[in-house]
Amino acid sequence: MDSIIAWFNDFKADFILNFVDQQRWKFITTGLKNTLVITLLSLILGVFLGIIIAIVRSSYDKTYDEMRGGVKKFLFSLANGICRLYLTVIRGTPVVVQLMIMYYIIFASSRNSLMVAVIAFGINSGAYVAEIVRSGIMSIDAGQFEAGRSLGFDYKSTMIYIVLPQAFKNVLPALANEFIVLLKETSVAGYVTIRDLTMGGNIIRAATYSAFLPLIAVALIYLVLVIFFSKLVNILERRLRRSER
Amino acid sequence: MAVLEVNNLKKSFDRTEVLKDISFSLEKGEVLSIIGSSGSGKTTLLRCLNFLERAEKGTIAVNGKEIFNGENLKKTPESVIRENRLHFGLVFQSFNLFPQYTVLQNITLAPTLLKRGTPEEIEEKAKSLIARVGLTEKTDFYPCQLSGGQQQRVAIARALALTPDVLCFDEPTSALDPELTGEVLKVIRDLKNGDCTMIVVTHEMEFAKSVSDKIMFMADGVIEEMGTPEEVFGNPKSEKTRAFLNSSLEQF
Repeated sequence: MDSIIAWFNDFKADFILNFVDQQRWKFITTGLKNTLVITLLSLILGVFLGIIIAIVRSSYDKTYDEMRGGVKKFLFSLANGICRLYLTVIRGTPVVVQLMIMYYIIFASSRNSLMVAVIAFGINSGAYVAEIVRSGIMSIDAGQFEAGRSLGFDYKSTMIYIVLPQAFKNVLPALANEFIVLLKETSVAGYVTIRDLTMGGNIIRAATYSAFLPLIAVALIYLVLVIFFSKLVNILERRLRRSER
Repeated sequence: MAVLEVNNLKKSFDRTEVLKDISFSLEKGEVLSIIGSSGSGKTTLLRCLNFLERAEKGTIAVNGKEIFNGENLKKTPESVIRENRLHFGLVFQSFNLFPQYTVLQNITLAPTLLKRGTPEEIEEKAKSLIARVGLTEKTDFYPCQLSGGQQQRVAIARALALTPDVLCFDEPTSALDPELTGEVLKVIRDLKNGDCTMIVVTHEMEFAKSVSDKIMFMADGVIEEMGTPEEVFGNPKSEKTRAFLNSSLEQF
């Protein structure tokens, strides 16, 4: 009994030292706020980029044979080439390196490190989202495209009204996965002086020389966030699947 | 005047000639059944009429107006092809309904996007088409909640919603269980009485015999024989036709 009380008192002292003294909990809350801001903004950027690239890439594959020569075809080939280069470079290099290149080279004159991080993570995530969405588009039966065309739709309307809604539903689990990865990937934002959740825990640890509580607290917060978002996606998925058996 | 006139249509995939010089015409209200073994070019012909494939040579005219000419294919803008495609409706072997839309939405989507009237008019017309194929009670169902035969009837209504001059069926019953083919064939038969011009690619010989005004037998990319059902089924002139009919009758 005594040992439990002793352990509890230790824990209490540790807790006060790490989170209450000098309002150290603020490192966690500001960190959490920054992590969420970076994740959400770069998610939006990533999905936007990803959908555009996926459409360029799959449209190129699907309509190449029918395109007549000329400027249009050349521009389309060029756009497809740029997209492929983007995918190769972004998927071929680590996100930390990309983040640091953004911060120390490309946006070296900017002090808004949060924006730089959003751009870096957004561009990184875009490459993965692009391939996820493209796999969704390619998974739609060719008959759906043909049905659309036989009803007089142009390629764009076929995409918007027929293919993309189905593709989106099919790739939702993969997109949710990418979102979770992105949320956790932002933990390297500390490399460019951003006080995100991980960095917040780290600052506390460095100040208090106590590793256990700050790290476990940070880990728990990530875990709760991921569980929460997974739940949300599950609900969305179930709603979208209502038109299926 | 012929509603549809096809002259010297040619189509090849790489070096394989799939259609070699196809010519035929169809009067308004006529039903043409195309029969023949797999690979004879039946489906390709239908797809060429709907411009899902582009023939290399030949012309297609609807109501006396030339809507396709292999000669100036390269010069025809995409929008004109889309416009001309609407002379034809197509019902697919595998239905290809849009799974995320209800029966009603499947039918109203195209007329809405092509601005064929006010939303009320479009919906009213769609509902009358649904009634025509006998699915009024399924109006707000999703395709996956319907049987194959019901899905195909929705697909027919969807194709009719744009009032095509010629309605094409690509093996409409091949993907169905035998007991479901009847309801689809009945709808097609009813359409014939409604004066709808139709081209049906089919393996249902009895159906072709009873519903068609003309039968076209295709073999190796050419029209081997064409005539009334009595002529083709009763007294086939060509050796190939006779062989095909014998083998397809033997199955039963």
